[in-house]
Amino acid sequence: MKIAVVRFPGSNCDQDCLRALTDGLGVKAEYVWHKETSIAGFDAVILPGGFSYGDYLRCGAIAAFSPVMQSVIKAANSGMPVFGICNGFQILCETGLLRGALIRNRSLLFLCQPVCLKLENNRTPFTRLSDEGAIFRMPIAHGEGAYYADEQTLEELEEGGQVVFRYVNEDGQPTSEANPNGSRNNIAGICNPAGNVLGLMPHPDRSWDHRLGSEDGLQLFKSLVETLLSVAA
Amino acid sequence: MTPIITPELVRQHGLSEEEFERIKALLGREPNFTELGVFSVMWSEHCSYKNTRRELRKFPTTGSRVLVKAGEENAGVIDIGDGWAVAFKMESHNHPSAVEPFQGAATGVGGIIRDIFTMGARPVFLMNSLRFGPIHGDNDAARKNRKLVRGVVAGIAHYGNCIGVPTIGGEISFDDSYNGNPLVNVLCLGVLKKAEIARGAASGVGNAVFYVGSETGRDGLAGAAFASRDLTEESKADRPAVQVGDPFRGKLLLEACLELLQSGAVAGIQDMGAAGLTCSTCETASRGGTGVQIDLALVPKRETGMSPYEILLSESQERMLIIVRSGEEERVKEVFEKWDLPYAKVGIVTEDGFMRVLNDGSAEVEIPAKQLADDAPVYEREVAIPAAPETIAVSDLAFHDPKDSLIKLLAHPTVASKNWVFRQYDHTVRAGAVVPPGSDAAVFYVREADKFLAATTDCNHLYCRLDPREGAKIAVAEAARNLTCSGAIPLAVTDNLNFGNPYRPENFWQLREAVEGLAEACRRFETPVTGGNVSLYNESPQGTIDPTPTVGMIGLIEDERWTTRQYFQIQGDVIFLIGGVGDEIGGSLYLKTIYGKKAGLPPRLNFDRELAVQKFLRGLIRKGVVKSAHDCSEGGLAVALAECCMSGAEKIGAQIRLSGMSGSSSLANQRLDVSLFNESQSRIVVSVPSQESELVHQDAAQAGIELIRLGSVGGSELTIESSDGTLSWPLDQLHEAWYSSIALALSQQDL
Repeated sequence: MKIAVVRFPGSNCDQDCLRALTDGLGVKAEYVWHKETSIAGFDAVILPGGFSYGDYLRCGAIAAFSPVMQSVIKAANSGMPVFGICNGFQILCETGLLRGALIRNRSLLFLCQPVCLKLENNRTPFTRLSDEGAIFRMPIAHGEGAYYADEQTLEELEEGGQVVFRYVNEDGQPTSEANPNGSRNNIAGICNPAGNVLGLMPHPDRSWDHRLGSEDGLQLFKSLVETLLSVAA
Repeated sequence: MTPIITPELVRQHGLSEEEFERIKALLGREPNFTELGVFSVMWSEHCSYKNTRRELRKFPTTGSRVLVKAGEENAGVIDIGDGWAVAFKMESHNHPSAVEPFQGAATGVGGIIRDIFTMGARPVFLMNSLRFGPIHGDNDAARKNRKLVRGVVAGIAHYGNCIGVPTIGGEISFDDSYNGNPLVNVLCLGVLKKAEIARGAASGVGNAVFYVGSETGRDGLAGAAFASRDLTEESKADRPAVQVGDPFRGKLLLEACLELLQSGAVAGIQDMGAAGLTCSTCETASRGGTGVQIDLALVPKRETGMSPYEILLSESQERMLIIVRSGEEERVKEVFEKWDLPYAKVGIVTEDGFMRVLNDGSAEVEIPAKQLADDAPVYEREVAIPAAPETIAVSDLAFHDPKDSLIKLLAHPTVASKNWVFRQYDHTVRAGAVVPPGSDAAVFYVREADKFLAATTDCNHLYCRLDPREGAKIAVAEAARNLTCSGAIPLAVTDNLNFGNPYRPENFWQLREAVEGLAEACRRFETPVTGGNVSLYNESPQGTIDPTPTVGMIGLIEDERWTTRQYFQIQGDVIFLIGGVGDEIGGSLYLKTIYGKKAGLPPRLNFDRELAVQKFLRGLIRKGVVKSAHDCSEGGLAVALAECCMSGAEKIGAQIRLSGMSGSSSLANQRLDVSLFNESQSRIVVSVPSQESELVHQDAAQAGIELIRLGSVGGSELTIESSDGTLSWPLDQLHEAWYSSIALALSQQDL
């Protein structure tokens, strides 16, 4: 089993993602350069955070057209687990693998702070080890992380169980105060209808080690590894 | 058409008649226009330290951990054990930030990051030390200051967040003296293997000289010379002297350079910072004892029609000069094409010792590199001792209700929570910020090396204004104290000397006093100075800034379990004050905030006492009994206690008794406000589990340390009982004053 961590020019959480997998879980993970045209040999793909291609034009807009993404899109459509974190989520929206868009934070300022998330769908490869309703603590760090979609899309996402994580307060309530960036319906992470593509603005790659104040993020990578192992078995 | 060299032109280039004569003697002829420009930037204060070099020699620069000394390379390097080392340095971008805060601050970050990876180190964190004029109030100065704060913070965030180097802490103070002249000092630290230190020398005659990174444009023309002048009303016209940063290019350059360094192809590497191509060519040649010849036709350019003068003096960002071992040139091509970055072979290393620049086949510049880089004139400036500051007698000060004073001090932006600022900095990237911004020191886990580092920046400008020597000593002592409070042993220092025009004798006296104070303190704390920066001419039409010799200090936490935070943790823990109640209010924030006075004799530092207090605390931390530790600084004991209650994720109260304390002989005759708000040094508030308090008493007695049991942690109020009665503040009230002060000021619309 081998997990790909894609490196775009401007990725800056690539090392953190790789370490979460290799140091945090002891699984095999390797970088894949954005100019590669194949991801053969890999069983899952992580799109890390950062500022791919400088986030010029729009966050994630150029990365969506990079050579490697064409094969990632194909793999995702045939069921391979693909996990976009922060800028990776933005890229997934730009490719159309996920619906909606990430726009400027409500405050118009970059925000780096811990948030609480509630898990609302544990039927994805990334969340199967946790109970629905479980609270996760992770940091966010983004300037353009407000999830936006039109009413109809939101309705479909909600009904289809595609809202995987929501910003909540310590009591698990999705209040306006608990919503750090003005995301619609407090959405922090969504998946595609099949559940194999997940986008998440907060950073599990920065919350997998007791030294960082939270190990909650490790649970997502663990779930992914379990999924891959069970498929292989 | 190249201008004719006239005395007027020489003067415009900031060179004195005497310096021009020296140039002619050195060349054996008159310089041409381009060469005049080259000398003007290399012999500017910014590049040559011509007015401060003699003073800087007073710093202790050696120590068992020092691998690269101050001044030797782009940044100092120290040993942190197990084959690992760190390169770190602080640098200012004050002038650019005054006229164009966003880009000024952003390129300050970019520049210091390049200095670090030039050493072969991977940058792992950033810190900063900022100074602004007051931000509260409905007046032009406050409005302008608010714009500066927003711009500087956004600029730091823009560059640091994008390049993926976490900004993990620092300090910000506000004072009238910084009106129109903010200070933006940025520190970067990088980690590397001890055996892989890169050098900025053009070694190996015949080796190729490569230019890599962004194309050269007309931005930042002669920024080094701009930074070596006073700021005036006309300084805005110098906006073209401010560079424009591109953190995306910076990130690519960082990765490409580290990759190329790993390949072993690099003989020497130097960033193009101040004075750009000029500085990097002559400095690498000077360090290598060689010459460097480049051809301007080969330099990647962003604009057409640039003159040799413009190409050589441009400070376009994200550029490096790399000397490549012969036979390895293909490597450069591979790596830089991979990262889609411009690169070009622009010249070769020669043996004749000249910096030679070819233009259209003939030599446009031909200057002995070593003399250009190292033989700038060195001056001894005049000093004059200014009038002694106004003395203060407590009895002359009308008593002000301490209940209100504490609220006012907590709301003073120098003390108030910096959450509005720190939230905009990505401090969690690289997954290493163990103690995030807001504690005494930031603590960062460097995964590559499996080491816990602590870092802090400190300087109290009020003390330095009133007594620069003592203020500088205290800056070092406080930095070391902050590291000690976080569980670290202090290792080394980088400094940023921010002063006024050195040609004013009072200013130069301040600088000399401060340097001597820093030097003495660094000797006593065994923290050598490994590098830094001097920023002079920090004057605006409103006057000169308070002298600000900022100290950045790095420490090592040898065991993860010793990591200590400033805030109270557990109900029922006993609170101790190490070092006594104190009585010095001169230079205090209390005097300034409540009485509007920047006056009096600032606190005295007793080295022996300070060292003993820190040693004692480190001993306690190592025994595992300390739950929190926070030093008393601005605002004294009362502010320290309030911060201990509020700066954690959960607020937690404290019950303090100042009456009937053992070991506080002087307290009986002292006014309560003096006890609460004095800023006597070498004092630390700690909390320990009650069952350990006997051990703390014993250890203190044995070490001869003054120790006072203040009370205990718990409740939802901060309560201070004294012979004058009981003061009590609900935590919510303290928190509101402290937490929202800066955010409220800065979130208002300033049209």
